[in-house]
Amino acid sequence: MAVVTTAKGDAGSAVYVAPAWKMTWWRFRRHKLAVICLWVLGLVSLIALMPEFFATQDPFATSARRAYIPPQTLRVIHDGRPHWPFVYGVEGQRDPRTLRMEWIANHDARHSLRFFVRGFEYRLFGLIATDRHLFGFADTALGVTPNVLGTDRLGRDQWSRLMYGTRISLSIGLVAVAISTVLGILLGGVSGFYGGWVDNLIQRLIELLQALPPIPIWLALSAALPRTWPVTWVYFAITVILALLGWTRLAREVRGRFLSLREEDFVVAARLVGASRGRVIFSHMVPSFTSHIIAAVTLAIPLMILNETFLSFLGLGLRPPAISWGVLLQEAQNLQSVVNAPWLLIPGLFVIVTVLALNILGDGLRDAADPYSA
Amino acid sequence: MHWFILKRLLIVPLLLVIFSIISFVLIQAPPGDFLTSYIAELAQGGTTIDQAQIEALRREYGLDRPVYVQYLLWVGNLLKGDLGVSLEWRRANVELIGERLVLTLALTTASLLFTWAVAIPVGIISATRQYSLVDYVFTVLNYIGLATPNFLLALVLMWIAFDRFGLTVTGLFSPEYVQAPWSWGRFLDLLRHLWLPMIVLGVAGTAQIARVVRANLLDELSKPYSEMARAKGLPEWKLVLKYPTRVAIAPVISTLGWYVPQLLSGGLVVSVVMSLPTIGPLLLRALIGQDMYLAGTIILIFCVLTIIGTLISDILLAVLDPRIRMEGS
Repeated sequence: MAVVTTAKGDAGSAVYVAPAWKMTWWRFRRHKLAVICLWVLGLVSLIALMPEFFATQDPFATSARRAYIPPQTLRVIHDGRPHWPFVYGVEGQRDPRTLRMEWIANHDARHSLRFFVRGFEYRLFGLIATDRHLFGFADTALGVTPNVLGTDRLGRDQWSRLMYGTRISLSIGLVAVAISTVLGILLGGVSGFYGGWVDNLIQRLIELLQALPPIPIWLALSAALPRTWPVTWVYFAITVILALLGWTRLAREVRGRFLSLREEDFVVAARLVGASRGRVIFSHMVPSFTSHIIAAVTLAIPLMILNETFLSFLGLGLRPPAISWGVLLQEAQNLQSVVNAPWLLIPGLFVIVTVLALNILGDGLRDAADPYSA
Repeated sequence: MHWFILKRLLIVPLLLVIFSIISFVLIQAPPGDFLTSYIAELAQGGTTIDQAQIEALRREYGLDRPVYVQYLLWVGNLLKGDLGVSLEWRRANVELIGERLVLTLALTTASLLFTWAVAIPVGIISATRQYSLVDYVFTVLNYIGLATPNFLLALVLMWIAFDRFGLTVTGLFSPEYVQAPWSWGRFLDLLRHLWLPMIVLGVAGTAQIARVVRANLLDELSKPYSEMARAKGLPEWKLVLKYPTRVAIAPVISTLGWYVPQLLSGGLVVSVVMSLPTIGPLLLRALIGQDMYLAGTIILIFCVLTIIGTLISDILLAVLDPRIRMEGS
């Protein structure tokens, strides 16, 4: 085994008494990129936990006269001199020829950036009533809040919608993966531990499910959801649909681990001294492959997030008024809307960053969990 | 060898039966039937339809019979080569699906070839220059390729083409060829339009397969037989291409089994965004309008194509790898 140097420097003695998870953590910490991704994901999770705090406006509030405002960039220079971060206010003017609304920055109206400002009221974690938001802007003249990432067709603030969408998209990924993990571990475990005809049956089932083309099946299943269902039901139905086809890969992984561990000396020894079946599984076998499962689960989350985005984008997943990244991207469904308002693609950037971070983190964990790697 | 292939072939009818049941159950699952959504659509347009007419239509389409009879009728007709009639379009499904299927296959095959043409060299270069700048660049590109939903890539490329070059890159044909019968000119026109969807669709798979090739080649390069060839003075590039690469690309063949379904699935979304005349948009429309026989037939076609993909990959693997075909006998 490779020598792992700890931060404290007393490598020698620490290595010999360190439990497995600690050694995994030491190995993981050396993968700088994966550690950065862990921080990025921490931030994304924080947003998912309290999107209201990060939002600047009510994400559902529409305003027909403020549609398609381009992102108002944060500036630090005004009239050639440095200035506390601010954005220019905008004024709409109709182009006399095309009749399109053009938004022009008004250099007289400056909205300075403020932190922990008062805004719309909400309940933090659904409990604490407050109206504080992470940041906002001082209204100098017009009495309208700037839109950091612009507005959509109905004049809704994209930044705030993006914050709310993070909660739904991330949680759908997590819940769907949680369901498929339970299914995967249960069926994969049974398959690997008992073997025989049970194993055969489950393996054939997995092969069958894996042979199905996923997106057409997902589409058909989600099209089957009644249009009249409330948003929360659709949300859970979509999660279950995603999980239904997603557990097979995990089940394979778990089964493989069980098969290879079943003949290991320590498992045989535990069985010979008369440990019960549950004890052999849960206190001897499971701990030795938990880290692999965590890595596999981490790699499964981004797939779920992407799939939710696909479904909602096509109009068969979550439906407005629910907000998810896919629902947001639906606004940019064709070339024309993208040409009109390219900023509607920004939610895609969030998808890419989150999925990227999860993939790198998962790879980092997998490498760290492998005791034979250097 | 023959035994192995035969065994694989024998499973196919069983799979077909199961898949046809799954497809049928899926299209039966939405509450109501085609007529309820048809009536709703008419009502939205302001027209109504009287009860007698509805009953007549229901009888005509066989929607009044028990579900299992409907299934048997559907499968029976499929076996006779009759794909049924689309309730919404009132045309034979064969007509609707025919050319779209050909174009779907053309797009899928093109993407597959693109993937291999890019992924294998990239994998080899990354592996032979491990931890070099090129390797890092490819690794970063790989991660980004994996993380980008292909419809987003399609939108961005379409936008860039329009914004910077004034090109509208939707569809698979120029306007004058859309309705035209097949000709040499139409084929060339197709090729001119096919490249962008081909790249969009192939990117994610390219990233995955390049990673597989890189990892496998790295394993092979340190094996004794490679060392041996190196010790005997074989030039490095010749050594890499002649021996380890052959082993390293075997998994590329075995990934065909899941890559073809992935391409077909991904193509569906890309087609909707880029308005390609493939099967995808037709399925989406059929599912939303509860045009059940059309939707069911398309889903079944997707399943069949997947089965064929898996079968080809199994057979190719058996041809390439003696260990697999020995297992069968």
